[in-house]
Amino acid sequence: MGLIDNIGLGFSVALSAINLLYCLAGVFLGTLIGVLPGLGPTATIAMLLPVTFTLPPVSALIMLSGIYYGSQYGGSTTSILVNVPGEAASVVTALDGYQMALKGRAGVALATAAIGSFFAGTVATVILALFAPPLAEIALKFGPAEFFSLMVLGLLASLVLARGSLLHATGMVVLGLLLGLVGADVNTGTQRYTFGIPQLADGIGFVVVAMGMFGLAEVIRNLENEDDRPTIISKITTLMPTKEDWKRIIGPILRGTAIGSALGILPGSGSILGSFAAYAIEKKVSKNSAEFGKGAIEGVAAPESANNAGAQTSFIPMLTLGIPSNPVMALMIGAMVIQGIQPGPSVITEQPALFWGIIVSMWIGNLFLVILNLPMVGMWVKIVSVPYQYLFPAILVFCGIGVFSLNNTEFDVYLMALFGLVGYIFVKLDCEPAPMLLAFILGPMMEEYMRRALLLSRGDPMIFLQRPISATMLALAALAIIVASLPMFYKKREETFRE
Amino acid sequence: MNPIARNAKDFWTGIIYIVVGGAAIILGRDYGLGTAMKMGSAYFPVILSGLLILIGSLSVIRSFIKPGTPVGTVAWKGLTMIIGATVLFGFIVRGAGMAIALPLLVIISAYASNRFSWKYALALAAGVTVFCILVFQVGLGVPLPIFGSWFGD
Repeated sequence: MGLIDNIGLGFSVALSAINLLYCLAGVFLGTLIGVLPGLGPTATIAMLLPVTFTLPPVSALIMLSGIYYGSQYGGSTTSILVNVPGEAASVVTALDGYQMALKGRAGVALATAAIGSFFAGTVATVILALFAPPLAEIALKFGPAEFFSLMVLGLLASLVLARGSLLHATGMVVLGLLLGLVGADVNTGTQRYTFGIPQLADGIGFVVVAMGMFGLAEVIRNLENEDDRPTIISKITTLMPTKEDWKRIIGPILRGTAIGSALGILPGSGSILGSFAAYAIEKKVSKNSAEFGKGAIEGVAAPESANNAGAQTSFIPMLTLGIPSNPVMALMIGAMVIQGIQPGPSVITEQPALFWGIIVSMWIGNLFLVILNLPMVGMWVKIVSVPYQYLFPAILVFCGIGVFSLNNTEFDVYLMALFGLVGYIFVKLDCEPAPMLLAFILGPMMEEYMRRALLLSRGDPMIFLQRPISATMLALAALAIIVASLPMFYKKREETFRE
Repeated sequence: MNPIARNAKDFWTGIIYIVVGGAAIILGRDYGLGTAMKMGSAYFPVILSGLLILIGSLSVIRSFIKPGTPVGTVAWKGLTMIIGATVLFGFIVRGAGMAIALPLLVIISAYASNRFSWKYALALAAGVTVFCILVFQVGLGVPLPIFGSWFGD
């Protein structure tokens, strides 16, 4: 089947009334929750995941993707209006976006973000459609050794961007892998680390972990410094960028899209690296670089384009290799497994309707984003100004009911509370939870691939180095760790996050 | 000199990693190691636990050598209220039902905020409860009773 046929198939799936509805619902809910200060895409998806379990797989994944870029976009709105980025990828948007808002140009900043995101989303979707199938074809030839090494690479690459201590983040990865093994061993049937608790026999639910560590722990952390309240910009006058603005944003949008798309594919990066890099590069090349940090429109256009492009291209490793590049993709993989789809290179050939439907729906979802956000901006502004003390009890309620309804057991609620406690302790100790969640999802798969690889090699661990693709990936993984631990890079990373 | 005071983050992270790694080895001692060719249930966990203990030890050693940043303020009130309210919710949701468990969860957790006021907490509790009963129980059919088994069937 040619690309045109595939895209046609995608449209026929994505344009069905029911999928359009779920796409719209996903984008809407994602934006709604993403706009709320202090709730990033990971927590949003974790909270809304249980809702999608009853849907057919295509609709569920379409809705989840919509929630993802909706919440990401909502986070940008928050960073422009309140200077409280909901997630790491929109940290840089806050720098100039909030300054623009202070100068009465909030509407233009929001419109720039929307235009940049839509353009970037469209380009990145095309890239996804072009590059995912050949990549999956290569990946179909991978054996267990290659997959094992690929997972090592994905996990170690996620460390490069982790905040805080590299050593601690590495420990979090190992801890996550171990936690993933709780439950019955599929090969021997041995109950591992279940303490005789029947609810643990199937393992710990990834939604429980995500809600605890990204939902509850985040709420507790936000309660630490309740008193510094930012000024909320609530007056939006003009939305339309002027002719001068248009001229200034075209370059940054194009460059941001290119940088974001390229970096989004990297494992462990997602959209964060792209937005930082795009901002830094724009600051260097722009002739208005003196204005950066004081409300330069380029400083909104570039990172916003990059982060949306990255959000789309981060689906590539997830859909073609079954490797999550960020916690959100890890949750997507978890959702696929629950839907009975084995993530990996065979998804494209075995589930073409699913794959192409998701891709086309991404483009439609981006269109919905623009439609939802620009005319309805007044509504989002009102939601942004909901004070946190009314918000977090409601978040807890949704987490509580959501987790309970997964398996209809209060055990999961207790477990979520436990992970909330653990998550908060780790936050206080500078241990980033994101790599742990990736590792948690990959743990069982990694063990399985290692087992198969060693069985093929008759127990010789050299198999991972003798196979060229596997060896290359391990070398890249080693390189990632070396780069991340270089004192020079380490300092730079600290600076970037402090900025 | 004292690593707990000077570099508490590295010290305690290290201790946690070592304890978890050690516990995983001890708990998993009967799972069967197997051989590399035929990996038993304990094979992968033992590798991971070993790595975790190694990383933890490095962190503890580092805490003796390098000064770290302080842990900072801990939101004790937030921590106890949020975790406590969640556990209580799990404990009573089936027995007492949503009409009682939800308002309690809202009010106890809202109490964690410095800006708590009874007026708004009660209004929020009422609003959230009605909304959730309509959406989850009536709308999505989540099998949670409005009034639970403690009130008779």
